[in-house]
Amino acid sequence: MSYKTDYNRVAGLGRAGEGVHHFWVQRVTSIALVPLTILFLIPFGRALGGGYEALVATYSSFGNALTAALFLGVAAWHFAIGMQVVIEDYFQGGTRLVLLVLNKLVSFALGAAGVFAIATILFSA
Amino acid sequence: MGRQERGTNMADVNRGDRPLSPHLQVYRLPLVAKISIMTRITGVALGAPALLIVWWFVAGAYSPEYFAVADGLLSSLLGKIVLIAGLWALWFHFANGIRHFFFDVGRGFELPTVAMTNWLVIGASVVLTVLTLLLV
Repeated sequence: MSYKTDYNRVAGLGRAGEGVHHFWVQRVTSIALVPLTILFLIPFGRALGGGYEALVATYSSFGNALTAALFLGVAAWHFAIGMQVVIEDYFQGGTRLVLLVLNKLVSFALGAAGVFAIATILFSA
Repeated sequence: MGRQERGTNMADVNRGDRPLSPHLQVYRLPLVAKISIMTRITGVALGAPALLIVWWFVAGAYSPEYFAVADGLLSSLLGKIVLIAGLWALWFHFANGIRHFFFDVGRGFELPTVAMTNWLVIGASVVLTVLTLLLV
């Protein structure tokens, strides 16, 4: 028989201080991605297949570079927490832990690579 | 607290008339559930075109020669098939994501509305894919 209070028995268990944070971020990034998807797709689709000149012509424009960088950065964040839910649903134990770490590393590395590549194209043009 | 009435107690031995949850191996999922699963599948699958597009940008930052390789591959027949499939997956995920904004605030759960928005999501994913291909 423990003499702890009810509160003390449960403090720190369950939501682990995170609560609905991921749920909320998933929705905030979704809202941001609605306009960003459209603003990214049109210039990207037009530049695709046009060679190096088309790439530089498109992404030496500050607006195109900014929306593309925002799109890839926010999409990487959205992908990271979305994949986390998927991994948590289908994997247990050590496999889950390894996949969760890999997921964060790969997602954010991809996002950062995209943003830095676009910045490099913008600044070297 | 007094003894609960028969049938309201979870530990009651009479299980015969209690409702069962859907048996997943024989339960035919409604279309809204299949679309929900497709939203998850398209979300995961979109990682592949995202990887290709980031590679395309990184190649562009690296050198014009390396970019020619990436740009050539992405605009080849195989590249186009992958990117157009990715484009449809993106618009499907996008369209059902917008429907889920309504679900999140408790709207659109009436069965006739769900039946209508099911086809709205499927239709929008196709229309937006064709529209994007026409615009670029």
